[in-house]
Amino acid sequence: MADAPLPHPLGASADDAPLYAPRKQIYPQAVKGRYRTIKWVVLAITLGIYYFLPFIRWERGPNAPDQAILVDLANSRFYFFFIEIWPQEVYYITGLLVLAALTLFLMNAVAGRIWCGYLCPQTVWTDLFYAVERFIEGDRRERMRRDKERLTLPVLGRKVLKHGIWLMIAWWTGGAWVLYFADAPTLVSELATFRASFVAYLWIGILTFTTYTLAGFMREQVCTYMCPWPRIQAALTDEYALNVTYRYDRGEPRGSVKKNDVLKLQGLPAGDCIDCNQCVAVCPTGVDIRKGLQLDCIQCGLCMDACDTVMTKIGRPQGLIAYDTDMNVQARIEGRPEVRRIVRPRTLFYAGLMAVVGLVMIGSLAMRQSLYLSVMHDRNPLYVRLSDGSIRNGFTIRIANKNLDERRYSLSLDGLPEARIDVVGGDLDQQGRPIVTVGPDQTRETRVLVTDTASRAEDSMPLRFVLTDLATGDTASTSDHFKAP
Amino acid sequence: MAHDKHEQVDAISGVTTTGHSWDDIQELNNPLPRWWLWTFYASIAWAIAYCIAYPAWPLVSSYTKGALGWQSRDAVVAELDALKEQRSGMTAKLAASSLDEIRQNPELFAFARAQGKAAFGDNCAPCHGAGGAGAKGYPNLNDDDWLWGGSLAQIEQTIRHGARSTSDQGHSGSMPAFGRDGMLKREEISQAADYVRSLSGLPTGNGADLVAGAKVFADNCAACHGEKGLGNQDLGAPNLSDKIWLFGADKATIVEGLTNGRGGVMPTWHGRLDDTTIKVLTLYVHSLGGDQAR
Repeated sequence: MADAPLPHPLGASADDAPLYAPRKQIYPQAVKGRYRTIKWVVLAITLGIYYFLPFIRWERGPNAPDQAILVDLANSRFYFFFIEIWPQEVYYITGLLVLAALTLFLMNAVAGRIWCGYLCPQTVWTDLFYAVERFIEGDRRERMRRDKERLTLPVLGRKVLKHGIWLMIAWWTGGAWVLYFADAPTLVSELATFRASFVAYLWIGILTFTTYTLAGFMREQVCTYMCPWPRIQAALTDEYALNVTYRYDRGEPRGSVKKNDVLKLQGLPAGDCIDCNQCVAVCPTGVDIRKGLQLDCIQCGLCMDACDTVMTKIGRPQGLIAYDTDMNVQARIEGRPEVRRIVRPRTLFYAGLMAVVGLVMIGSLAMRQSLYLSVMHDRNPLYVRLSDGSIRNGFTIRIANKNLDERRYSLSLDGLPEARIDVVGGDLDQQGRPIVTVGPDQTRETRVLVTDTASRAEDSMPLRFVLTDLATGDTASTSDHFKAP
Repeated sequence: MAHDKHEQVDAISGVTTTGHSWDDIQELNNPLPRWWLWTFYASIAWAIAYCIAYPAWPLVSSYTKGALGWQSRDAVVAELDALKEQRSGMTAKLAASSLDEIRQNPELFAFARAQGKAAFGDNCAPCHGAGGAGAKGYPNLNDDDWLWGGSLAQIEQTIRHGARSTSDQGHSGSMPAFGRDGMLKREEISQAADYVRSLSGLPTGNGADLVAGAKVFADNCAACHGEKGLGNQDLGAPNLSDKIWLFGADKATIVEGLTNGRGGVMPTWHGRLDDTTIKVLTLYVHSLGGDQAR
């Protein structure tokens, strides 16, 4: 049996494609057109925001940083222009994430993968990296040719230059990231003079690595293999959503310009697609849009630009590849009128949810107090009997002063008419009420003693601590219990 | 077994075969991914380097120390030193300030209370309880009844030198064993106990001779506890007219105290705790109930 030909495996046929296919290197071709221009503008705006936002100043007074957006981890504060968020208000971030998810759903219901095609950081940075690659190594054909040939010194030089620029962009990406966590101008000068903390350099290193790898090498594989959104998106889309669509009702059967012109004259079926493959050449994920909607397609719109350019050249109408719906392609084939419905239950539902979440967030932000009071009863001992027979309870209260100036608060009791309240180490005002002073943008923890002289039958009575801002009259209150034997 | 030099591709999986065929079953050539293999080699290199650099192998009575000389104990010490260094500013301020100055400074007072709470848990809680609530014979530090005084200075004195302790400067004086040492008869002790209970408004049993009890009290107890039983903090003599009873208010307990005497010991902490720790302990205990905790 040694030299016998290998038998054909059982059940295998010529149609069997391998279960595994290695990645094909993609060389997207440069393209000009309406969507390319939109993409350049979006790229400039989004990257401009990302790279320069930390440098915007916002005056808050002497007791707070003047950076418009700052995640101050050391002091656990988050500053966003006129909003300052404390750690216990982190639910605003949750609200923003809910809003972001709903925005994504709404975009998807209106026009498919707008996020993927124009706004996603992976798309934007990959686009930028491709632009650098084209600028240095030339367009599609040149790059394909060079990659096949033997490595010569000029080619190697170009490659080194390309990777150098990529690394610089990646480094700047990491550098901009850390600026959101510290005073940007100070940190820039510290970074430049190597006096910044190790953590800053570490994060720059991490983000340099991820940007360089994801935008330089992983590219479309991030979208097709790593990202969950294409799968979720496919489940959320419907027949009314606009998607980048090849109008096969108009394009098929495809054929050369001359051949199809002749066929058309003879009244035979002939489509507008001339099978020039430009839509495939420009595609950054290497798909053929003419095969219909597919997971790999990020709907960046570049094939529309490529096709429109070709159609203009050969004198046929644009829009063979255009934002369209599957339903309308089918409708045209069947001679029914096209339907475009952006306002429909699904979009109204998403927009409504966004309005509700947005209003709740704005409402709670507008009504949130600059004063916060919490109280914790002593656990050991629960109560103390004093020498005259009265009962005393110890509490730890925590006052948060979210104002940017020092405030004085008076503390009083609600619920035990005969009880006396003392703040350990606190002052007293003219009426003998205890006063607590809390510094700007700070919390203060103090020990409070409540003594009730009356003898009572109940072993647990509700009481309420009321804190009054002496400057504004604002109050905050919280309830607890008074324990007795 | 056959070895085929030509590369064969399996039609279903699209993977090359090793060329080995056993009973027409071929082996697919799926080598380990290169990144995996290199990670594996890198981990081996790492393991060897680690064993050289760090403590790794147990020996009979020792272990390999590693070229870097690293020890977990050193790491702990370094962390503790870093913590001390971080707190040194506040600690220096504490050391330089008097008890009253600290109490006037909210920030310093909060720091002292936090430090004091930790020190209390380490040193005082075994007798006085985690919350300072005390136990029978061990005073409750949350209330307003102080054997040796509840001012900052008095509390510091008590912590520093103790009571009936080994220190010469500690509080001394104790409740004599009136019964055991034959100073009072059994009946007189019973009368005195009834009288003492009446001082704090507690009911006395039928047939209690309070007049006789008052006489015994005036003759034997008033010297330390005062004529009205209000106590004397210089001698550590408790106030007998209030509602707080260190050992208990029932007659049997009082009789026991009169018979055998009382004299709980508070150790001296001078020399065992540094001055700053005694300071923060004083402030913490004072904030629990000293000077009525005002």
